[in-house]
Amino acid sequence: MSIDATESDAEGVEVAEPEPEPEPGVPFTVNGVEYRAEPGRNLIDACEDVGAYIPRFCYHPRMKPVGMCRMCLVEVDTGRGMGLQPSCMLTVSEGMVVDTESEVTKKAQDGVLELLLINHPLDCPVCDKGGECPLQDQTMSYGPGESRFVEEKRHYEKPIPISDTVYLDRERCILCDRCTRFAKEVAGDPLIHFMDRGNQTQVNTFPDDPFSSYFSGNTVQICPVGALTAKPYRFKARPWDLNEIETTYPNPMGDRVTIQSSRNEVLRYLGVDSDAVNWSWLADRDRFSFEATMHDERLTTPLVRGDGLGNASADGDELVATSWSAALARVVEALEDANNNAGPSSVAVIGGARLTNEAQYAWARLAKGVIGTDNVDAQLADGLPGDVVASLPRTTIADACAPGGTVVLLSGDPKEELGTLYLRLRHACVEDGVKLIELTPNETGLTRYASQSIRVRPGDIGAVAAAITGAEGANLDKAIGAVTVKELEALAAAVSGSDRITVIAGRTSMADHAALTVEAINAFAALDNTAFLPGLRRGNINGAIDMGLSPELLPGRTSLGAAGAWYREHWGQVPGQAGLDTTGILGAAATGRIAVLFLLGADPLTDFPDPELARQALDRADVVIAIDPFINASAAAAADVVLPAAAFGEVDGSHTNLEGRISPIRQKVTPPGTARPDWMIAAELAMRLGKDMGFVSVEEIADEIAAVSPLHAEADAAAIDAAPDGLVMPLTEDPSRPTRFAWSDLGAPDEPASYDSYSYRLVVDRTMYDMGTQTAHCQSIDQLAADGVVRINSHEASRLGIGGGARVRLSSKRASVECNVSVDDRIARGTAAVAHNHPGLDVRSLIEMGDPVTDVRIETV
Amino acid sequence: MSRLSEANLRIAHDILSRYPKKKSATIPLLHLAQEQDGYVTDDAMEHIAELVEVTPAEVLGTCSFYEMFKRAPVGDYRINICHGIACHLLGADDLIHHAEETLGVRQGTVTDDGKISIEGVECIAACTEAPCLQVNYRYMNNVSNEGFDVLVKGLRDGTVSVPKHGTLALTRQQIPEDKAAGNAWVEPDDAPAWWPEPEGDA
Ligand code: SF4
Ligand code: FES
Ligand code: FES
Repeated sequence: MSIDATESDAEGVEVAEPEPEPEPGVPFTVNGVEYRAEPGRNLIDACEDVGAYIPRFCYHPRMKPVGMCRMCLVEVDTGRGMGLQPSCMLTVSEGMVVDTESEVTKKAQDGVLELLLINHPLDCPVCDKGGECPLQDQTMSYGPGESRFVEEKRHYEKPIPISDTVYLDRERCILCDRCTRFAKEVAGDPLIHFMDRGNQTQVNTFPDDPFSSYFSGNTVQICPVGALTAKPYRFKARPWDLNEIETTYPNPMGDRVTIQSSRNEVLRYLGVDSDAVNWSWLADRDRFSFEATMHDERLTTPLVRGDGLGNASADGDELVATSWSAALARVVEALEDANNNAGPSSVAVIGGARLTNEAQYAWARLAKGVIGTDNVDAQLADGLPGDVVASLPRTTIADACAPGGTVVLLSGDPKEELGTLYLRLRHACVEDGVKLIELTPNETGLTRYASQSIRVRPGDIGAVAAAITGAEGANLDKAIGAVTVKELEALAAAVSGSDRITVIAGRTSMADHAALTVEAINAFAALDNTAFLPGLRRGNINGAIDMGLSPELLPGRTSLGAAGAWYREHWGQVPGQAGLDTTGILGAAATGRIAVLFLLGADPLTDFPDPELARQALDRADVVIAIDPFINASAAAAADVVLPAAAFGEVDGSHTNLEGRISPIRQKVTPPGTARPDWMIAAELAMRLGKDMGFVSVEEIADEIAAVSPLHAEADAAAIDAAPDGLVMPLTEDPSRPTRFAWSDLGAPDEPASYDSYSYRLVVDRTMYDMGTQTAHCQSIDQLAADGVVRINSHEASRLGIGGGARVRLSSKRASVECNVSVDDRIARGTAAVAHNHPGLDVRSLIEMGDPVTDVRIETV
Repeated sequence: MSRLSEANLRIAHDILSRYPKKKSATIPLLHLAQEQDGYVTDDAMEHIAELVEVTPAEVLGTCSFYEMFKRAPVGDYRINICHGIACHLLGADDLIHHAEETLGVRQGTVTDDGKISIEGVECIAACTEAPCLQVNYRYMNNVSNEGFDVLVKGLRDGTVSVPKHGTLALTRQQIPEDKAAGNAWVEPDDAPAWWPEPEGDA
């Protein structure tokens, strides 16, 4: 404001009458009316901006124009007289005259449609696209009433599977190049291509090399005809029978999606073009996950232990159905017993990343404010400590991907773990010249696009990060593990030469200690041009940390120390001292110190790095209560009470993504049976414990969060509802609220125990398709989890004298397992990689938690 | 079905070294593969994809655009009989019919001995010499039915000398070392038979 005032004052002195501000853009004429547009703006978009929609098939705003279909022909005069030109291939220039409605334009569009329909089979009555088909719609609006083509049309086998989820009907294809461009330009998996170009041009794959892209489902969404269809939706519904609602998919990116349903059945998800987040794309794992929501193994009633006849009995072997009031009474009785016997700290809550922000807040308040325990952790020792995540200075995806920036990858492979973040980063590297520096143990899906991709052996990352950021006491004159002095110097030069650095901070492996990554984070956080995006992979984990589902944290990235008094005032009480994380909780449970253990969507038997400890803990805890849409392995083995939770699509609320962006989650269908939203379960338990939390709707919880949290001031229910693209927290600072965690509050990370050296360093990483509960309940993708193998470099394989498929024994100092070998040159030398949670191989028993790294020997058997 | 042989792999690296972008070598490498096997095999396309660092689908997309890359076995001698207008007027149909009868194959198929395949093609721009045909792209003009029989016999017994299908040239391009972008010399021992002996050697 004040700057504007000074400027106009200064102008006022020099010029008596201030010249009018030149309007932005250049003038151009559309259908006789003059408008202005940014020079260089694509003409097809510029016309749409001013209300003159030009029909199109091949043009897609998120991909480069190719001019394949000629549907967008319009009459254009650029100074040489009117002529027909494809508007998607032109950019606005000064004085351009466009006629989108002239006779000539109409005749051209009519002709193009007649041509496109020559070979199109017109099997609309049996085509899934019928009713939402651009070809159908545009033929109605711009096309000829009838065809003059009487000859035989092209024939192809109908439809052929081009991947596990996508079918291709080549007869319907109009060769717009959208799917093939998507595969190459957006996903970077050019496994489909035009073949036999000429009279028989067709989209196809190489023989026996399917379009197995993690993003293949997007091609179905952008195909302007019914040529590409998705297996899960084929012949399921007609578009005019569908209802839809826009919502946020609960993955760490917070992808915007539309849920479409018919008669209370979710039939598909479509990506929504959110400029801030997913640009309309989705990963197949998320796109097809509605199959899990609709799965008939969904829990519909509460379960308690009982005998084979369905009668409840505390020591029964089976889980039997019961009523909500009986199940909740059992939980309350257990909580009261625990409180009377050993105090509130004998209660613990593991999990919560599946929940909405509001449900997470309700559970954090139930645990910390009502029950009074701080033994709460949404992560299963495979992420980063909550206080570290809460303290990271954040940035946005848009800023990280803006030209001129540098991105440092300190996390697992974004292509495997974070779907659309991979697409955004790939675009940034390929199109916008963003520099990517990878400091990962093995190559990732982004390695091809990285400007520096350095293999850092697990255990060395802290030292490497310290050296290249110029941390005190670190220097560049000694190689660190496999990283040479030359590489270190090049990295240091790249870091010091960057104006703006974004670090994607997560865990590259379950087999090394989080403290090592924290050391690296500390080194980067000390640079003042660095901001972070947490690369944690679990659902709404970023919301869970912001809502206080982590030991020592309270809602709003604050701590018991900083905000204990504040929350005591609002909640009545908070725990007196910091509680345990998941490792601590399970350790305490295994030694009989946890009486009541809540599993809030968590499955420690499958996901915790030490399955033995998880088993002992579940066995020893007096009462285990699982709250989940499904029965997972832990619940089946040990839950005394199972409460059915409503899933995504069945609840209202909001979601927090890795930027700290809060966007609305909307309910589309009703939960199966008597399943309830998680927040309602927390509220009900509080009431039964005699300490009503005072909210009866999601909106009231959102308003309470906005009223108390140091991070969420002004982000109340109405504000969230009005911002479909989300609000990045914090919106404003309210000085009357407690201070938030800052990076400088962190102490040094705990020193991990030392280790002795075996031959191969173990990396336990993640893949897109594993046996996770959700994927396992999607019929279309459940078979995509490949059998578990150990991946080693071809040099190591020949050193061992083995090839792919060889059977080997992996032994650490703790245990040994047998498995098959896969030779993979993306794995660094001296490293053995195993993906977690794949059929037939569980290497968690090899990991000694607390050790910095895990080394294994490989012997042939 | 085969990938590039050891010797051809060396040539492939030589070809690759001539281009600033590996992908630019796709078509020369497809020729090399066709020279090796007489047609382009799926395995060779996969091998080329590895060499030029693209996906096999992209190599197939390029390969399938060109009529002269064959993706199924053809005869050692491909006889393309013109049925353009001029040739048609001067008896091309009869010639094609005769060829099919005497060889016992239809257009687009190969004789049992794998020697000869025939195809009808559009005008090959030798209308003044109609009817005409090509054997592995070498012209034969004013071909009568009898002339065709003599040609086939000659091809079979070797008296008509035409390089086998796929052979690109009898001498291969040599780039002087000072002009080369780092191409490797092929050791004479590894070179295919037609590779010219380096000058000055005995
Ligand atoms: S399959 Fe669909 S998206 Fe792909 S080229 Fe054909 S019409 Fe376009
Ligand atoms: S939209 Fe312009 S040519 Fe297809
Ligand atoms: S028509 Fe046969 S060569 Fe021209």
